[in-house]
Amino acid sequence: MRLTREEVDHIAELAKLALTEEEKERFAEQLSAVLEYAARLQELDTEAIPPTATVLPLRNVMRPDEPRPPTPREDILANAPAAEEGCFLVQAVWGVEPEPEVEP
Amino acid sequence: MTHYEPVIGLEVHAQIHTASKMFCRCPVVEDTGDLEPNTYVCPVCTAMPGTLPVINRRAVELTIMTGLALNCEILPVSRFARKSYFYPDLPKGYQISQHGLPLARDGYLEIDTENGPRRVRIDNVHLEEDTGKLFHVGNVSLVDFNRAGVPLIEIVTKPDMRSAEEVRAFAVKLREILVYLGVNSGDMEKGVMRFEASVSVRPVGSDELMPRHEIKNLNSFRALARAVAYEIEQQIKTLESGGRVTQETMGWDDARGVTYTQRTKEYAHDYRYFPEPDLPPLEVSREWVESLRRQLPELPDARRARFRAEYGLGDFETELLVADRAVADYFETAVGLGKVSPKTLANWITGDLFRLMKETRRGIDEIPVSPEGLVDLIRRVEEGTVNLNTGREILEEMVATGKEARQIIEEKGLAQISDEVALREIIEQVLDQHPAQVEQYLGGKTQVAGWLMGQVMKATRGRANPQLVRSLLTEALEARREAR
Amino acid sequence: MNLYELTIHEARRLLDAGEVSAEELTEAVLARILEVDNDVQAYITLMPEEALEQARAIDAGGGSGAPLRGIPLAVKDVLCTAGVPTTCGSRILENFIPPYDATVVARLRAAGAIIIGKTNTDEFAMGSSTENSAFFPTHNPWDLSRVPGGSSGGSAAAVAAGECLGALGTDTGGSVRQPAALCGVVGLKPTYGRVSRYGLVAFASSLDQVGVLTKDVTDAAIVLGVIAGHDPMDSTSVDAPVPDYTAALTGDIRGMRVGVPKEYFIEGMQPEVEEAVRAAVDQLADLGAEVVEVSLPHTDYALPVYYLIAPAEASANLARYDGVRYGLRVQGTDLEETYKATRGRGFGPEVKRRIMLGTYALSAGYYDAYYLKAQKVRTLIKQDFDRAFEQVDVIVAPTTPTTAFRLGEKVDDPLQMYLSDVFTLSMNLAGICGLSLPCGFDRQGLPIGMQVIGPAFGEETVLRVAYAYEQATEWHKRRCGL
Repeated sequence: MRLTREEVDHIAELAKLALTEEEKERFAEQLSAVLEYAARLQELDTEAIPPTATVLPLRNVMRPDEPRPPTPREDILANAPAAEEGCFLVQAVWGVEPEPEVEP
Repeated sequence: MTHYEPVIGLEVHAQIHTASKMFCRCPVVEDTGDLEPNTYVCPVCTAMPGTLPVINRRAVELTIMTGLALNCEILPVSRFARKSYFYPDLPKGYQISQHGLPLARDGYLEIDTENGPRRVRIDNVHLEEDTGKLFHVGNVSLVDFNRAGVPLIEIVTKPDMRSAEEVRAFAVKLREILVYLGVNSGDMEKGVMRFEASVSVRPVGSDELMPRHEIKNLNSFRALARAVAYEIEQQIKTLESGGRVTQETMGWDDARGVTYTQRTKEYAHDYRYFPEPDLPPLEVSREWVESLRRQLPELPDARRARFRAEYGLGDFETELLVADRAVADYFETAVGLGKVSPKTLANWITGDLFRLMKETRRGIDEIPVSPEGLVDLIRRVEEGTVNLNTGREILEEMVATGKEARQIIEEKGLAQISDEVALREIIEQVLDQHPAQVEQYLGGKTQVAGWLMGQVMKATRGRANPQLVRSLLTEALEARREAR
Repeated sequence: MNLYELTIHEARRLLDAGEVSAEELTEAVLARILEVDNDVQAYITLMPEEALEQARAIDAGGGSGAPLRGIPLAVKDVLCTAGVPTTCGSRILENFIPPYDATVVARLRAAGAIIIGKTNTDEFAMGSSTENSAFFPTHNPWDLSRVPGGSSGGSAAAVAAGECLGALGTDTGGSVRQPAALCGVVGLKPTYGRVSRYGLVAFASSLDQVGVLTKDVTDAAIVLGVIAGHDPMDSTSVDAPVPDYTAALTGDIRGMRVGVPKEYFIEGMQPEVEEAVRAAVDQLADLGAEVVEVSLPHTDYALPVYYLIAPAEASANLARYDGVRYGLRVQGTDLEETYKATRGRGFGPEVKRRIMLGTYALSAGYYDAYYLKAQKVRTLIKQDFDRAFEQVDVIVAPTTPTTAFRLGEKVDDPLQMYLSDVFTLSMNLAGICGLSLPCGFDRQGLPIGMQVIGPAFGEETVLRVAYAYEQATEWHKRRCGL
């Protein structure tokens, strides 16, 4: 299993990680090595084996629908890199709709 | 020429109005637009490092009940999954949702169409958490997490609808059910229900899967129906002119009445779902399902049938009463008092009360007239304490002031005069004042009696019992004939 | 004897007898930190004023009867502390100050413990040497040119160097036991679900567990008793009664069955490690235990399973570090670039590597082949242990294949680094408990660790066996030469 540069780019995009050229090269190599190592799992026939997502025997862990007072806003905003008007402040979000084009 | 048939599926998101959020104990507050931002938040719903989710049992129960109301199979084992994507309104960088093992699946909802009833199949009903809200101000965005973590129920249909009208009928009926179940207020203006429609068209008779347009963020029935109708028309136009429809995500511009392609990146849809390791699975036992089934309220269709059968109401008034659960409950409480006939109550509620609710923009549970108060008023009309017109005026006063009918009648001296002695006296006075008209009557022009009756009513300021006045007036006139 | 050399139970006795005050003890530990931490670099954040203030409050009669009253402890910097920076060894959280205490921290405080500082860790607990800390590597007190292990290397080194009486760590694939072995202290990883994870900054949620690092087994039992127990804030914490773990420390293991897994004595491991562990097994037999060979046939697959599951979970857990609500923000030309720059610069190479790996393993088209496959093999690994524990009460094995390696030796070879956890990963995958304790030294004077592994909620059994061995040997009494 060898990761291509395109795959590394794609994963970095999904994970929202800016990587340097050098990092991309290195990760392609290192991740390929780990995946190659992981390929040994394919030796095992797991057709009839259920997956383990949790080792716990716990089921139906729920709480009653009872509200509690929220945390003071200043405590929530205290760590914010930027805040304004009681909100977290960021640059304009992506994916905001462009002006719709009207059919002639 | 080819005829085309639209193929439409819906995804509906509805907030579940529990007392606390889905995975933390912050209060759920329906956003009326004037809420201070970030005042209903805590470390959990703002995804502070180290925090963990805990499932709100009520949200699970309401989702199962919705599944039951939509004739779904309730899965014996269900679990939550993480759906990963980045957006500033999504604090954890993933949304806790369900994938593969929803709480309910494979149901249907029957809607009325012009070609008779039709089943729209439900693919699944699942539970997730809402995101925060973004406000765009110039070149920055502000993030408010009050809504983040509010439980959301998502209902996904199969592509079974064939027209914008059917889509609308489905949405309206679904809303009605959700309100009946107490899942949410149905208050569309507050964004408690949001729709996403996937629309394609194909030649009639074909069962080919065509590329779809997914229209996002439709927040009203009107926008939903218009957007779907617009898409159908556009796609047919495209195909008829030899073009092709490609799979796309669309937005809806309500002001211009058009859909438009949303700029999206191709890789954006790899959500990397995996089982939520912070939450053990749910095992929904048969006993649990049955106990929830017992808690289901009577649903709108069953109630309609019963209203017609039990109360002898017509389709139109039944529809008016049942469409809003609170109104139907109000009506039944009033009927249950056993003092006024269902028909009379239905007339009062769908007539005057609805008009007054509309004028004051209040729901039936927001006006200060209780079912007992309304019944008391109607009884006073039926017993003749006040006449019908006065009764209607009293109701208006009740809605405006919250006072009881009796109090208003006393304060304004509105009690109907049914005292025969008093009325005879007034009638004699009126006849004495209008000898010319009495002469006309006695001369055979009996329709003058109506005019004289008006004079009597005027003299009593409308408080006289009209039937009684009519008979006493006739009596008095005839007495004068004999006296000549 | 210097006060900082005391164990928790020794200090408890002196404090209760009034022979030592909490303030004296805290001062002694703080002085020791001043003396050695320039070399060891175990701490990211020190809290001397708070600690002394708390000590004086205790001396004035506060918290009487509480089990850890007046005991200076350290906390790994992936556990949230209200009002005190919690960095996770990462630039991205360098300035993060949580508004709340992790449940375990709250429990320590409630038990009267004095928290003196936050210890160094591999960034987000990802690593086996503490070299992945964004700030500085921690040095092994036994040989400053060597690593203390990781990721709880700061906690292990602090305990070994006398910079605290005990410490909390976290263990996702061996991160308490492996540094305990390399630093010659006791490290206990409880059963998954035994201790609350609320306030533990998540690395891999289905594997993470808070553990304890102490100078001896008795101390481990005491601290576990304080932090264990159900927490309604953690849906994966089990509502099972917490026994008095010190009651299990009888010294008597006659008739107990001890399993030795043949798969844990592999080619390429340091011969002295194998010799020391085999000798320890003989010692257990001498103490009356019945030694049985057991097989854990899927041991070889634990490493690949772990390095698919843990990074996959981590890739989601670390998605919240986007520079919006807290932590570092590196401004880019637009918001998306800001996200990428923040994460690209805020995370170090190992964290990025694992996020990439985990993202890949979960992405469309690869989920079944990697993540799902790993979960299935995880089932096989768990079944291995289930079967083994039908035959034996505990399993004994080496904690690590080698003693402490040199700083820098494995930094550029992730796979080699990962192999240093090869004996500890399986217990996290199976969700069971394990304890590492000293069982000898190699020719260079570096400590060797032995693991005592128990079934789920078998902490008492594990502590009983470990205690019996410890009492029969002198290893735990050796102190580093610093």
